[in-house]
Amino acid sequence: MTIPEHLRYTKTHEWARQDEGEIVVGITAHAQEELRDVVYVELPAAGKTVKQGDPIAVVESVKAAFDIYAPISGTVARNNAALQKTPQLVNQDCYGNGWFFAIRPSQPEELNALLTADGYAALLKTTAH
Amino acid sequence: MDYTPHTDEQIRQMLEVIGVSSFDELLTAIPSEVRCKSFELPSGLTEPEVVQTCETLAQPNVSLREAASFLGFGAYSHVIPTVVDNLSLRGEWLTPYTPYQAEASQGTLQMIYEFQTLVCELLQMDVANASLYDGASALAEAAVMALRATGRQRLLISEAVHPHYREVIATYLSGSSCTIQQIPQVNGVTDLEALNAALRDDVAAVLMQQPNVFGCLEPMAPASELTHRVGGLFVANVYPVSLGLIQPPGAYNADIAVAEARGLGSPVAYGGPGLGLFATKQEFLRRIPGRLAGCSVDQSDRRGFTLTLQTREQHIRREHATSNICTNEGWLCLRATIFMSFLGPAGLRRLAELNLRRAHDVVERLRQVPGVELAFDRPYFNEATLRYTNGKTSDAINRQLLKAGIFGGVPLKRWFPSLGDAALWCVTETVTDQQVDRLVDALKKL
Repeated sequence: MTIPEHLRYTKTHEWARQDEGEIVVGITAHAQEELRDVVYVELPAAGKTVKQGDPIAVVESVKAAFDIYAPISGTVARNNAALQKTPQLVNQDCYGNGWFFAIRPSQPEELNALLTADGYAALLKTTAH
Repeated sequence: MDYTPHTDEQIRQMLEVIGVSSFDELLTAIPSEVRCKSFELPSGLTEPEVVQTCETLAQPNVSLREAASFLGFGAYSHVIPTVVDNLSLRGEWLTPYTPYQAEASQGTLQMIYEFQTLVCELLQMDVANASLYDGASALAEAAVMALRATGRQRLLISEAVHPHYREVIATYLSGSSCTIQQIPQVNGVTDLEALNAALRDDVAAVLMQQPNVFGCLEPMAPASELTHRVGGLFVANVYPVSLGLIQPPGAYNADIAVAEARGLGSPVAYGGPGLGLFATKQEFLRRIPGRLAGCSVDQSDRRGFTLTLQTREQHIRREHATSNICTNEGWLCLRATIFMSFLGPAGLRRLAELNLRRAHDVVERLRQVPGVELAFDRPYFNEATLRYTNGKTSDAINRQLLKAGIFGGVPLKRWFPSLGDAALWCVTETVTDQQVDRLVDALKKL
């Protein structure tokens, strides 16, 4: 299971990456494996104001559908339009081309409250079934 | 299907588990005034005697078989071709439900798939579901979908939408934080100026009805355009039979179209079960409530039918489901499918023409009766609002007409006191010339 060191994580299996003034968000390798083949992603529109913990996107697989939560408060700066045509990118490259959206944070310090790679790995260990 | 009742022993065991001493005690939570009173049936009657007693009890009811009916107001009596009963009463079809283990019932799923296709053609929309309970809940589901799809919190609904539908929407949304604003009618149609004034970029949807509750034709196209200017969704509640002549919702770019479709092959039956149609644009496919039948291929490349996009639904998405409706009106949907395939587009057009022509003939004749006038000078389909200026109330007139075996128009003052004493008269193809003569005679004698 890949859990890149340079990312921060949520308990709901999103990752967050600092990219200049923005926080880029996607779902973890663990999450996409659990979901299996992703068939649809619903993304928030650019300009939408979000609060940390808000459900703002939906990912749907052949097996289930889940909400994706904002890991940080702010404004949606961009979303990954490529997922509309090619939702499989979430399975193929979840930390790269399979990103969901980017948020311009209003309270950047919220990022510090997110899990580190070690913390997320520990979380997976405790919730393993 | 066999009917296997519980045994006394099974009932006793079940009551014991939940700690209740008798079946009657189980019902004490239901207020006594709404509980079933005794039918005063003596014990020890034979089955034929019970049937006879019940028939005697039912005799004071006057049914559409005996009376001439001019009732509409959302429940329209249309001719049901014999083929509808003949096919829909076959044992293979006779279930109210979408099946569990759905894919084992390929015939049912194919029927639902054909039904959805027919609904899309009728409404000129991209996708339709397997049906909802009735027109009112379909309109409420449309409101909920629009709130979710836009992320906005205001709904505008025309006063000329059926009042029962408006009540159902208010009930549906009573736990929601959205606000519902009513747009007034002027001279029988939705006031477009008032609508325009109320439209801002926080409006999730505008809900209108065609023809509206007064029978008048609404300016749907301009209302739809005004709604889209502020990014709201336009929701149209329509009357399926009228679509043989009137523009379908797709023609005026409606985002969601709903309808009460009991009139397509099923009787009004004391207001009995309804059939809600629900259709929308492709872009909202994943937001649609209820069940959807899809067409696919199996491992051997043979065509097959399946319930599809179930991730929208409650058993998978839990509280985030698009709706808590997980079923459809299976049997009425079958009857509508048979009805629509039997009539075809040409038959539907002919049916609509019959309704239009007959209604206009009757209304013209009624207008000749002193003290009866048309309330609104507007185009209408098969229903029109008439006002009485002869000093008699619509209730008194209807009581008189009932004595002559006629159900007069629905008095509207209960919902629209400002209209004065007006009633909504409906004339479908089921009304005969003799019945119209009887009506005109009876009205002249008042």
